Amino acid sequence: MSLVARYLEEHGLSTVILGSARDIVEYCGVPRFLFVDFPLGNPCGQPWDREMQADIANTAVNLLATVQQPRTTEVAHHQWTQDPDWRRRYNYVGPENAAQLRSIGDARRQRQAAAKSA
Amino acid sequence: MNSNSETSSPPDTNLGNANAPPPAVPYMARTRGYYRAMGYKQDFTWATFDDEPFTPLAQDLAQTRVALVTTAGPSHWGGATTLNERAVWSGATTSAPAPFFTDLAWDKESTHVRDPESYAPLAALQGLAESGVIGSFSTQFHSVPTRYSHRRTLRDDAPEILQRCRADSVQAVVLTAL
Repeated sequence: MSLVARYLEEHGLSTVILGSARDIVEYCGVPRFLFVDFPLGNPCGQPWDREMQADIANTAVNLLATVQQPRTTEVAHHQWTQDPDWRRRYNYVGPENAAQLRSIGDARRQRQAAAKSA
Repeated sequence: MNSNSETSSPPDTNLGNANAPPPAVPYMARTRGYYRAMGYKQDFTWATFDDEPFTPLAQDLAQTRVALVTTAGPSHWGGATTLNERAVWSGATTSAPAPFFTDLAWDKESTHVRDPESYAPLAALQGLAESGVIGSFSTQFHSVPTRYSHRRTLRDDAPEILQRCRADSVQAVVLTAL
């Protein structure tokens, strides 16, 4: 998505990214970024919260007009209210699931190898 | 790379500042650690650049025609055997796909994507057009495939999105990544 934003901007369109993976977007480098610190999947607001979603969309489009230089990140002020422990969960790796992940990877590689030789 | 991240998820700490907001989740480190734990030897390479293009808005926001680009797609993307079979797709901003294709790398343990407005804000942007915050909302929104290949995104997808935006007289774009 960051690559598309950069391409559009290079060709004369102003862009703003709405996203939740701050490190990935900032590592790429984009003109305008509204960081919404929520679990991946809901960068435009908590599900069914129309008031929050309208506010986030409004904040995003206003960045189109107010940002003066590229690589600008604005942090949305909203808090994820549904589960305080969500930050630890995504792609978690620990002693509890290490063997299972290795098994999943082995099975995936076997499928890919079989597909290649078919 | 911290050697610890090869075998376990990196810690999320505030380094002792109780008033600081929680640090953003380190998705790059988490992803590297996750795939290494699955036995993959080669890390995914994220795109990075030293400079950034910048196009200031050429007119007032209230005069600007805005489009939406999202990584969510049409339902038929789910039938694709490989990522390469997915191509840029456009739909009317007045009628979202039912359902969207959303089988991407989002946090399936912590949330859900049953509300399309939480990742593809068609109604919210339409509302901003109706209230005069933006000049207008484009006729179509655009779905861009998530790919491993940066080259394919830049060679095929981005030019196609640009062409479709220009055809709709769009001047600014909101992009949302699931």
